[in-house]
Amino acid sequence: MGIFDPVKGFGVTFGMMFKKVATEEYPEIGAPAAPRYHGRHQLNRHPDGLEKCVGCELCAWACPADAIFVEGGDNTEEARYSPGERYGADYQINYLRCIGCGLCVEACPTRSLTMINFYELADDNRQDLIWTKEDLLAPLLPGMEQPPHPMRLGENEQDYYVNGPELARDRGVPEHETVETDTEEAVR
Amino acid sequence: MTVAPEKSDVDVPEGYVKLTIDGEEIVAPKGELLIRTAERLGTVIPRFCDHPLLDPAGACRQCLVEVEMNGRPMPKPQASCTLTVADGMVVKTQVTSEVADKAQQGVMELLLINHPLDCPICDKGGECPLQNQAMAHGRTDSRFVDKKRTFPKPLPISSQVLLDRERCVLCQRCTRFSDQIAGDPFIDLLERGAHQQIGTAETADVLDAASHTSEPDSASAGKSASAGLDSASAGKSASAGGQPFQSYFSGNTIQICPVGALTSAQYRFRSRPFDLVSTPSVCEHCSSGCAERTDFRRGKVMRKLAGDDPEVNEEWICDKGRFAFRYAAAEQRIRRPLVRNVETGELEETSWTEALRAAADGLAKARDGKGVGVLPGGRVTLEDAYAYSKFARVALRTHDVDHRARAHSAEELDFLASRVVSDGGPAGGGVTFSDLEKAPIALCVAFEPEEEAPAVFLRLRKGARANDVKVVHIGQWASPAVEKTFGELLACAPGGEAGAVDGIAQHAPDVDEALRSEGAVVLVGERAAEVPGLPTALHRLVERTGARLAWIPRRAGERGAVEAGTLPTLLPGGRPVTDADARAEVERHWGLDPGTLPADPGRDMTGMLNAIVTRDLDGLLVGGVDLDDLPDPALARKAFDAAEFVVSLELLPSTVTPYADVVLPIAPVDEKSGTFVNWEGRRRPFAVTLDGTGALADCRVLDTLGVEMDTDLFTQTSDAALGDLDRLAAATARAAAPDHPSAEPPAPGDGQALLATWRQLIDDGSLQIDEPALAGTARRVVARMSRATADGLGDHVTVSTDRGSVTLPVEVTDLPDGVVWLPGNSPGSKLRATLGAGHGAVVDIAGGDR
Ligand code: SF4
Ligand code: SF4
Ligand code: FES
Repeated sequence: MGIFDPVKGFGVTFGMMFKKVATEEYPEIGAPAAPRYHGRHQLNRHPDGLEKCVGCELCAWACPADAIFVEGGDNTEEARYSPGERYGADYQINYLRCIGCGLCVEACPTRSLTMINFYELADDNRQDLIWTKEDLLAPLLPGMEQPPHPMRLGENEQDYYVNGPELARDRGVPEHETVETDTEEAVR
Repeated sequence: MTVAPEKSDVDVPEGYVKLTIDGEEIVAPKGELLIRTAERLGTVIPRFCDHPLLDPAGACRQCLVEVEMNGRPMPKPQASCTLTVADGMVVKTQVTSEVADKAQQGVMELLLINHPLDCPICDKGGECPLQNQAMAHGRTDSRFVDKKRTFPKPLPISSQVLLDRERCVLCQRCTRFSDQIAGDPFIDLLERGAHQQIGTAETADVLDAASHTSEPDSASAGKSASAGLDSASAGKSASAGGQPFQSYFSGNTIQICPVGALTSAQYRFRSRPFDLVSTPSVCEHCSSGCAERTDFRRGKVMRKLAGDDPEVNEEWICDKGRFAFRYAAAEQRIRRPLVRNVETGELEETSWTEALRAAADGLAKARDGKGVGVLPGGRVTLEDAYAYSKFARVALRTHDVDHRARAHSAEELDFLASRVVSDGGPAGGGVTFSDLEKAPIALCVAFEPEEEAPAVFLRLRKGARANDVKVVHIGQWASPAVEKTFGELLACAPGGEAGAVDGIAQHAPDVDEALRSEGAVVLVGERAAEVPGLPTALHRLVERTGARLAWIPRRAGERGAVEAGTLPTLLPGGRPVTDADARAEVERHWGLDPGTLPADPGRDMTGMLNAIVTRDLDGLLVGGVDLDDLPDPALARKAFDAAEFVVSLELLPSTVTPYADVVLPIAPVDEKSGTFVNWEGRRRPFAVTLDGTGALADCRVLDTLGVEMDTDLFTQTSDAALGDLDRLAAATARAAAPDHPSAEPPAPGDGQALLATWRQLIDDGSLQIDEPALAGTARRVVARMSRATADGLGDHVTVSTDRGSVTLPVEVTDLPDGVVWLPGNSPGSKLRATLGAGHGAVVDIAGGDR
């Protein structure tokens, strides 16, 4: 051991003082995730606020961790939650089980289920980690209306699906705004 | 070109042919369809329309294979589901033939042209033959770019069945089922060519109408088509052709539709196949004992499907068996024991220990007083019935036990003891379902097969269609069952059945003749108990002609209860109470001191009720009994009111609950295991479906109650109970044949008529609560009478007795004059409760206001 060795050691320490800090000030300053990060799920809406989920359970089927529970329901003329015959009456994701693989998103036939960047999924009890439909549904954006309500875009289903986005603009959904906007973006 | 192998060592027995499938030689019985022969070889040819129980149709063309006969290939691929095997045939399926494979892919592509991409919202998704076969035998991508054919959807063809015409592949399974099996013309092919579609007379009217949500046109009968899932109105509508629009079997079409074109309103969107746990089960609704499959999800039964039992129900069940199961999950279900608070007079929830002690103390006190009667009801399993039977004898020391919660008679007791109990069932030469199919004649007496045992009806119809079984009904009018079994009606006045049976040689010599032939059967319903002399007359008839006799009660537990001895004259195994040897045998088996069992028969149901009123009996132990089913509900209420102590073992609050001192909750069939004995005498064991709900079977509750009363029944579980029963070998001695006089039916005076009645399958039965979709297909509730009787009454009739009256629309039917027929327990026609009268009673009739 040479006599300059301790100084060398301090040299490393002093050297670091002038380098860029890698520490993330979490949770005081939140860290943004990568744009395509698989965070929590969101159940999207049509531009008039109706739910895109049709309760088909394909996400539950695809899920390798058996984290999703869905039960379908029957839309009636009096109480319509989604366009068409069927809607997701009960929707639950158990974040104790979810492994964030995103297979459910791939399985979703209506692009109702997507994942957003939100990743703060921790809690001190199990019950609160089972997220229900209320927790997962996308926020109501301008032009959207809380279901149940009739289909509001155009005269018929053709209108609704094909011309829907355009008609949505007329209802006040801002240009460049997608209907899959998550809570954070909406707040911003 | 393939050449059949020239020499082979396969032997071809008489009546068989030898052919080659995919290069393998196989011997097949003459007349077998190619598709089934291939199946036996392990080659599954894709198919949609083919169904083993329906006549071949060749409608979907999915099953094409390449066939070569006598060395010459047939010019085009052939449908293997319509082609029967022939000697020397060389067949190449999709496995070895490119031509067949391409043909199948082509058909699949055509079928998918108009098929919507509905899989995510379709109930069939995940168990869909179209999905599966498209994956296995279809092209990977679609070449069709044009617009698909669309229809408004869904279209309710009844309150239970929803039709989605876009999804239909026109295989005609449903139409063939309704035409061939059920005989109800409720669904058919409409239009031609590219417009061909499935529909009903009603849907034809609304073809191009906006959608199912369009306003109902009140003048036309399009009501059920537009009522959607709200079923209340559907039941009352008639289709455009004027045909009443109901079938008791429509649920089967949902099950056999190979796509999701027919779906169940009740099961709609409730779950996916992978969510469901399926257990085999047995139907608890009638004495046929149909095999079922119960599917549950998260502790809740989602649906019931027909099980496959070729000996019993084949692959069909009735709609009641399929759709009536939510009673077990009803909100009002009793889940905790209740004990009546002496001070407040209210029933209060309490613990099992306390309730059992209260029940045991009360029963012991009543037993040591004037005694306790036991009324188990007719819906018990064999094990539960045995527990009631043993409890009555061992813990209550009485033969006062009678499960017959319906009209009953002493003559019926004799009949059951001598002709029905321990006849050995199918193994012992009893009449079976298969016998019905082959019998030269089936005589139905006081028995309405379609309403009382639908599976029996289906067999009779199958026999009549396939083997010319001559079905003869002794009844009052040519009901749908008579027509659909191509039957002959020997009409008689209600109560005159005994005379009609006795006089059969005179008024129907051909029937008498046919009854003498080998295999002839006589079927009698539980209504026989209401006709004095009928059981005796039937006994004489079968003794005289040699025909075989079967008793077909309505309720699922009746036959088992007879075997278990819940009758005042019978001990378990058909031992007569009056036989000293039989008593001694049972005493030994139960470990009782010799001479403990009373030597005299007990009281029957009415006897017990009367005894309570006259203070000769103190207590009652009641199972699933509805007072309004009893022959005299007023007497029953009086008796229950007068009883010192009443213990009720119930699932749901009933007419007994207000009188009960202790109510002990018991398990519905889904939550227990057990055995039903069907009318054939065949045991139909079933295992528990919903495990661990904590609900206890009757036999378990009675066992524990017995322990509280210091006796041991050894019926803790149904296995234990059955073991205990089976160790008691069947009796050898038989009771004497019934010998009771018959009576001429009374002659109704002016403004009077004789009442004919039976219950309809779908009515206000207590196991049918909470099922609006099912109730929607009930038959119309009408009063039937002949034109002469209806003359001057107007379009409604009021039928009354001194107790009350019932007013119903009149429908002129081919009844004998002076007879009015009413359904027994339908909305607006609850005869026992309102009239206090049953089959054969004299009632007043008058024109009624609507
Ligand atoms: S991300 Fe993966 S694990 Fe999580 S719910 Fe979806 S499929 Fe299941
Ligand atoms: S509705 Fe179903 S069973 Fe009937 S023809 Fe269409 S596909 Fe076949
Ligand atoms: S299964 Fe052969 S034509 Fe349909």
